[in-house]
Amino acid sequence: MKIIVLMKQVANKDAVLRVGADEKWIDESNISQQTNESDGYALEEALRMKEAKGDGEVVVCTLGAQSAKTVLKDALARGADRAIHVVADNVNRLSPYQIAKAIADAIASENADLVYTGLQSDDASYGQTGVILAELLGIPHATIVIEVDRASLNGSLRVKRELESGWYQWFKYQLPALLTIQSGISQIRYASLKGIMAAKKKEIRDVTPTIEPFAGAQKIEKVYLPLKMKQTQMLGGGDAKKGAVELVEKLKTEVRVL
Amino acid sequence: MILVFIEHKNCVLNKVSLEAIAAAQSIAKDLGLKVSAVIPCDKDCALAETIAQYNLEKVIVAKNPKLGIYTPDAYADAWEDVIKRENPQYVVMAHTYQVRDFAPKVAARLGKEVVGDCIRYTADGGKLTLTRRIFLGKLDADVTVGGDAPYFVTFQSGAFRGDNSEKGTANVESIDVNVGDIRMEAEEPFQEAKASVDLTKSEIIVAVGRGIKSQENLAVAQSLADALGADLAASRPICDAEWLPIDRQIGSSGQTVAPKVYIALGISGAIQHIVGMKNAGTIVAINKDAEAPIFDIADYGIVGDLFEAVPTLVEEIKKAKA
Repeated sequence: MKIIVLMKQVANKDAVLRVGADEKWIDESNISQQTNESDGYALEEALRMKEAKGDGEVVVCTLGAQSAKTVLKDALARGADRAIHVVADNVNRLSPYQIAKAIADAIASENADLVYTGLQSDDASYGQTGVILAELLGIPHATIVIEVDRASLNGSLRVKRELESGWYQWFKYQLPALLTIQSGISQIRYASLKGIMAAKKKEIRDVTPTIEPFAGAQKIEKVYLPLKMKQTQMLGGGDAKKGAVELVEKLKTEVRVL
Repeated sequence: MILVFIEHKNCVLNKVSLEAIAAAQSIAKDLGLKVSAVIPCDKDCALAETIAQYNLEKVIVAKNPKLGIYTPDAYADAWEDVIKRENPQYVVMAHTYQVRDFAPKVAARLGKEVVGDCIRYTADGGKLTLTRRIFLGKLDADVTVGGDAPYFVTFQSGAFRGDNSEKGTANVESIDVNVGDIRMEAEEPFQEAKASVDLTKSEIIVAVGRGIKSQENLAVAQSLADALGADLAASRPICDAEWLPIDRQIGSSGQTVAPKVYIALGISGAIQHIVGMKNAGTIVAINKDAEAPIFDIADYGIVGDLFEAVPTLVEEIKKAKA
């Protein structure tokens, strides 16, 4: 049982973003980075599957600049067995198809039984790299998976997909298959000190991809702060307590709920 | 031509498809194109006559016995067949969970991508520039697509109004489409145990996000909810951490609410949350980060520490109510 987990390094959720000089992406200098949230859940789910089976291999893979090694090292510390780093700068200039193609080229020969990814990245949010990758690898996929019936694994696997408005649906997949994992599928473990020490001996293999132009690529022409949809009355002028007093006055006189 | 996807379950319409019709009609006007609707189904879909009452060139029922219950393989095959027959310029869909599942597959097979979750567009020189939210709603991106048609575009729920879709009359055309091997077996969709709290009926909601920091701190939010006679709700990370049960979750994967007043405490305002509450009468946001996207849709905003603001709020509300 071999599971490949795709993980991406993205800007920290709490980072204050500035538009870059070319207005086509954020200014990434001095931005703290983190592992994309749902990718962390994808890794956790893969580790739990390996533990449930008692054997197997979890291989983490990222496409990104050298700084993305942090993501791989963290995954190895949490329990992944080895890592593949598809080294590419300026990932933000690649379209989802180009990203999926580069990853497909890097992992096709691994012949994994399962490929897990997060359901979308928290930066570009294309939400399709996994699906395109499955198509390129010629394997079936399920998106927005919120539960994996690990006990059902036997050449096939039952997975629960989240639909909208509280609806769910189980599907049974023949392996190999690719699953995009929803945040919250399980509680994510922390890396132990032992794990961090063990990670230092684990393999990280660098792969240099051949990224070809893709005619159907979508291109970001300009990024900017969202246009304001509402006139917001800012209260308190930075003083939270003063703001609270003013807010109660507004709730009384303008909103009239008090 | 523009093809627009009509999503349904057992011939019952997913109403967000009417928003997709409105989007497609709008683009068609700007680009001088016609719109046809596509309904994948295993029979002569009962929905076809309803959709035929919109201003469309035709309603295509793409028929195959394997299209009775949704699978990504069957839908991808059916769409590939329809697209090859109709040669559309654009394929327009609502950005639903189902569309997220199959649309990128169809596009990839035809050497394309999906410009997904768009919130608006502009038409210039016969081509579209689409606007998407990126970085969890913190920034907008204007996007163009290269290469030849068809171009795949999905729109976020609420980007167009379904009741603005133009009525008319269309012919219904049923075609048998090719669907190959299906590599997954679908069971019947089901609803998890009914929510114990129906937040859709709440008059006032106090919702917490990651800014609440710990489960113990929920008491702070609860005190405000109690003072206002409000219900407590949360954004997804709070329910993922199991600090509150999932039936308290607001957003695309939780409940969609429109209370009189919505008070967001420490919620940054990711798109997935905003789609679930943006129709609230009055939105109040309290957040330390002055650039949090929640302030873009708030009527009243306080930039500051919620742990300072809330106790004062509670005190002042009690005074006001006394």
